[in-house]
Amino acid sequence: MSFDVNEYYSKLNGDDVLIAYKGNVSSELISNVLEVVEARMDDISEDSKIRKKVYNVLVESLQNLYHHIDVLPPGMQNEYEEKFGILVVSRIKTRYRISTGNFVQTSKIDVLKNKIDKINSMSKEELKDMYKFILNHQRLSDKGGGGLGLVDIARKTGNPLDYAFHEYDDEYSFFNLDVHIDFNYG
Amino acid sequence: MEALSIEGTAKTPTVKFNAQDGVIEIKGRSIPENSIEFYKPLVEWLEQYSSSPLDLTQVNVQLEYFNTSSSKCILDVFKKLEAIHKGKSEVIINWHYEEDDEDMLEAGEDYESIIRVPFKMIEIVE
Repeated sequence: MSFDVNEYYSKLNGDDVLIAYKGNVSSELISNVLEVVEARMDDISEDSKIRKKVYNVLVESLQNLYHHIDVLPPGMQNEYEEKFGILVVSRIKTRYRISTGNFVQTSKIDVLKNKIDKINSMSKEELKDMYKFILNHQRLSDKGGGGLGLVDIARKTGNPLDYAFHEYDDEYSFFNLDVHIDFNYG
Repeated sequence: MEALSIEGTAKTPTVKFNAQDGVIEIKGRSIPENSIEFYKPLVEWLEQYSSSPLDLTQVNVQLEYFNTSSSKCILDVFKKLEAIHKGKSEVIINWHYEEDDEDMLEAGEDYESIIRVPFKMIEIVE
């Protein structure tokens, strides 16, 4: 059975959710999401240290989506717009979870998987060095992406990047990334 | 030389570059999806300023948030300042961070280790 994106989304969208969205990821959408999440954290008087981390990591997660979303599988193009992504921000027990998801061509999985595995294997100090190296030696793409997003997220959260690829059809898979921000960080 | 003044938005910082008193300020949030366009006039202004800088240029960076797209452009700004500092003109970068914001302090230290300009880390206590 092929991966069902709607079922997957409803499973994520349970209790303690600050915001849940699926659809076109535009610059305006990113602004709106940031505003809503900031207001929600204000409402519950979230600790300012946590608030900053969540905000920072959310910016990178959303802009990663924005910069890297692939074309939709043909079977989904009637239902959704081109830059289709999923975002769910939840506050669960001891941590925040930022879940993002988007379709990727299965042929690109290996590169992405290797990159994340490498980041996950690195110590705090190694991540810092990697960040500084990329910052100083790689140029921004025309779209403004810098290849730093995932490294920055890993650095700021201190947690491994939790990911999965779900097969959709012969050509496409759904990439899910869960980022965790602990309440008692640092 | 004319001052550069840009009003801040939800995604871009307030910018005040003044060649008369040598004070350069970037304040607020810098989280645009594509930061190249925003930072281009800043880098160009500094390029022009570097031809006849004051004896002392004071740089105040006070960012609440910045994204990784901006981080490279901020480095480009600092590299221009480094070039000015390499001449006979003094440059100081005052990097402000809120007291509980270790990530922002660390970001300043990252730049300090890359750029050969004196940094001063300034903690903002509320």
